[in-house]
Amino acid sequence: MSSLVKSLIFGIIVIALLYIVNAMMSSTGFFGAGIDDYSARLLVFIGINIILATSLNLINGFTGQFSIGHAGFMAVGAYSSAYFTVTYGRQLESAFSSLGELGATSVILLIAVVIGAIVAAVVGLIVGIPSLRLRGDYLAIVTLGFAEIIRIVILNIDAVGGATGYQVPGYANFLWIGIFAVITVVVVHNIVKSDVGRALISIREDELAAEAMGVNTTRYKVVSFVISSAFAGIAGVLFAHYNKFLSTNDFQFIKSFEVIIMIVLGGMGSMTGAIIGAIVVTLLPELLRQLSFIQVPFIQVGSSGEVLLSSIPLDSLRLVIFALILILTMILRPQGIFGTKEFGLNWLKRPRKESAGAETVGDSEGTPIAQQKEAKRLTSEEEDQ
Amino acid sequence: MSVTTNGKSILQTDKATIRFGGLVAVNELDCAVKQGEIYGLIGPNGAGKTTIFNLLTGVYEPTSGDITINGTRVNGLKPYQISRLGVSRTFQNIRLFPSMSVLENVVTACHRHSKQTLLDGIFRLPRYFKDEAEHRKFAMELLEIFDLAKYKDEGGTSLPYGNQRRLEIVRALATRPNLLLLDEPAAGMNPIEQENLTGLIKEIRDRFKLTIVLVEHNMRVVMGVCDRIQVVDYGKSIALGLPQDIKNDPKVIEAYLGD
Repeated sequence: MSSLVKSLIFGIIVIALLYIVNAMMSSTGFFGAGIDDYSARLLVFIGINIILATSLNLINGFTGQFSIGHAGFMAVGAYSSAYFTVTYGRQLESAFSSLGELGATSVILLIAVVIGAIVAAVVGLIVGIPSLRLRGDYLAIVTLGFAEIIRIVILNIDAVGGATGYQVPGYANFLWIGIFAVITVVVVHNIVKSDVGRALISIREDELAAEAMGVNTTRYKVVSFVISSAFAGIAGVLFAHYNKFLSTNDFQFIKSFEVIIMIVLGGMGSMTGAIIGAIVVTLLPELLRQLSFIQVPFIQVGSSGEVLLSSIPLDSLRLVIFALILILTMILRPQGIFGTKEFGLNWLKRPRKESAGAETVGDSEGTPIAQQKEAKRLTSEEEDQ
Repeated sequence: MSVTTNGKSILQTDKATIRFGGLVAVNELDCAVKQGEIYGLIGPNGAGKTTIFNLLTGVYEPTSGDITINGTRVNGLKPYQISRLGVSRTFQNIRLFPSMSVLENVVTACHRHSKQTLLDGIFRLPRYFKDEAEHRKFAMELLEIFDLAKYKDEGGTSLPYGNQRRLEIVRALATRPNLLLLDEPAAGMNPIEQENLTGLIKEIRDRFKLTIVLVEHNMRVVMGVCDRIQVVDYGKSIALGLPQDIKNDPKVIEAYLGD
């Protein structure tokens, strides 16, 4: 029972915090404290990206099946729910008008989330059953292909705007996006720590051994894929109803890669890694805009072949710098920021214990045992390949 | 010999054959393993012993012939389905789950007897906590028997080699099998570890009321532990009998030493 009380308290605190931040985003602010529109938008996209990264981490990081079609399922959730709210939104708004404006839009948003999640899950099931028979690169290519097929199909449905884009009512706000981000993290965390999660991780670790221990690997791959798709759908719903406008260009494969970058950067198979990855990938290109005060020399070749030396502000190279940071991270820390480890409260306690034991359990050079383990894991991975 | 066989076959193959293209890896193999016995499968390198294990556990499907386990014909069943019939195995080259701790490796294998559903896990319902506690208790009991409990939080693959092999046996036992297949359990062990292993195999047979089939190269282990031995060469069975008979069988000597 105490765990129930704990999770209730946790929930109340989270909602209260999100509520305050959400209030700060409004035009009136929260007791004078406000957040400007630009920062508000960044916070919202961090929330949506956390949902995307955490859910993709379930199939890519924990189950070890490399899917790169996440944007496709996001699109399915976005468009299916948007079709619902555009068609029935007005009627429902008047039907729920007794709840007040915020209450009515919240109820409609929740219905939209359920619709988006279910439709994305069904599409995930249809895509997953044939695709998950494949492994590694083949699975990646097939999921990428399916995501593009989904996008092109949507592009050709005139009922949802086709190529001209789709106007969607703005029912989503930071409060709901934050709540769903927390729900996603909690659900994925709980799955990973359950019997199902161990089955998923065992597939990643050694599929043959997992089968021999009685894990129906095909079934669990599909389960993981469907859950992952459903949350991508939810992210799509929230994106659609926050952005108020949908275009299939938002769901190109570059979006899928962006989510892949988040989890690879943070560390595949780490919950905290996915969250940090989502935050970094959302914020870093924006933070690099602050570099505008630095001028860098820039060599230009003019039309008649003359070489001109000029200078440009560094922020115009921010995407180049972003790419360089990613490359450097992958060279220096190929397993991502967190590897498969988690950051938690017990992290703060552990180092002391390890350093005390290092002399006895480390090797002659005093390498801590954790590093030895990591090295061993890496070499064994190499051997497998 | 304290063989508790009651004559009933738990595992039976009837002319089991598998071809890979032109190569007949296992050729019309007949065997009948009685309940409660320790059955050795030996033969020179490349004789097809591990392939036989892969046939029995559903990794491969026989090209022809039948395999019956606990009265069920298992041809074409997937490995996890065969696991549910009470068959568990270890691997020639250890296949522990590398990133999991010793305890997690064992708890993962409790999957077959798990009562929690996905929703129990997501919402942390009472059944989740009860089920997890049961798995952990059971896993710890098994680890205790094998003297591995003190390593429970260490990485499974960071253990010394001999302990990794023992951990793999523990993991196999966690599925609560009645038929255990051990693929070269003594490989890479030093003589003392081998000696311990011989005792251990007999002990787990008696303790868990198991039938054990083992593939092994090490003659000392095989002769010391097996009730009956079948010798295969080029995928064909060439001899079957008690250890002392096998030792003196001219066909077996020929297969091992060449003509």
